[in-house]
Amino acid sequence: MIKSIFKLMGAILLSLTVMSVYATPVDTYEFKSADNQKRALELAHSLRCPQCQNQNLIDSNSPVAQDLRLEVYQMVDAGKGDDEVIEFMTSRYGDFVLYKPRMEAKTYVLWLGPIGLLIFGLLIGFIFVRKQRITQVEEQEISAEEQKELDKLLNRDDE
Amino acid sequence: MKKLVLFIPLILVMGMGVFLYKGLFLNPQQLDSALEGKPIPVFQLERLEDSSEIITNETLKGKVSLLNVWATWCPSCKYEHPYLMRFARQNTLPIYGINYRDERALAVRELNRQGDPYTKNIFDHDGRLGLDLGVYGAPESFLVDHNGIIRFRYAGPIDQRVWNETLLPMIKELQAAAKQEGAS
Repeated sequence: MIKSIFKLMGAILLSLTVMSVYATPVDTYEFKSADNQKRALELAHSLRCPQCQNQNLIDSNSPVAQDLRLEVYQMVDAGKGDDEVIEFMTSRYGDFVLYKPRMEAKTYVLWLGPIGLLIFGLLIGFIFVRKQRITQVEEQEISAEEQKELDKLLNRDDE
Repeated sequence: MKKLVLFIPLILVMGMGVFLYKGLFLNPQQLDSALEGKPIPVFQLERLEDSSEIITNETLKGKVSLLNVWATWCPSCKYEHPYLMRFARQNTLPIYGINYRDERALAVRELNRQGDPYTKNIFDHDGRLGLDLGVYGAPESFLVDHNGIIRFRYAGPIDQRVWNETLLPMIKELQAAAKQEGAS
């Protein structure tokens, strides 16, 4: 009984490791060089599948992703630069396919907004801390009459 | 003045709230087309019903038209089909079909059985035209003006509501513009 459970666990473990090796869809595309392959795979990893929204071109098995993947491979093999491949993709599917948006007028808020907020927050914090320090340092002046009363009170406490 | 300064964080947070709240109601399936305002991609493909007839991007010029990407494997296209039949009968504008990644015999049989709303059908067997149009699923429809410029892309099935509220007003506008320039 225990033996068979071990066997089953072994089989599951084995299948998991095999699956993780082949987790991404394997294409039969043959690259001209290993360099091309590396670059093409990196590019395809950095592009979002327009249909499935949360997967990149490599991870997705949708027909569109397969087509686009192949297109990226072929373009890289044809000696096209990264810029050209990205231009090909964005001219058809828009900036959506980029995980990292480009720095342009309409994405300034996206890129600079967090930095702006951080600076604003630091500024507020700085002003707040300064104000507190100033009020702490300020000394209270007491008139002679007040001092007398205070002494009286203090003396009474001692008794 | 000092009191006003205290409200700045509140205003900032409210502004961000509005921004994020709006984002909740955006439909992620409805991507902006990168091709709006650009001409139809150059293509040269066979007509679905007749492989000897070649349709090119030039064929589509001259009239405001609707390009409809469809396939027999696409269930939403079947939902859309009766509406397309109705719009075709109204003769508002030519509807060109792009038969996307499909089998010719299957597609022709489907049209024979269910009716053919299309002026002409472009047979995009390997999906190359679809790729150039930025199509990521079917059905998708493109509104093209008389100069062959893509004016609007609608992803998803067209029904009466989409037609009345979105497409028809734009079609009328484009047709008026076409008339002014002397085309039909």
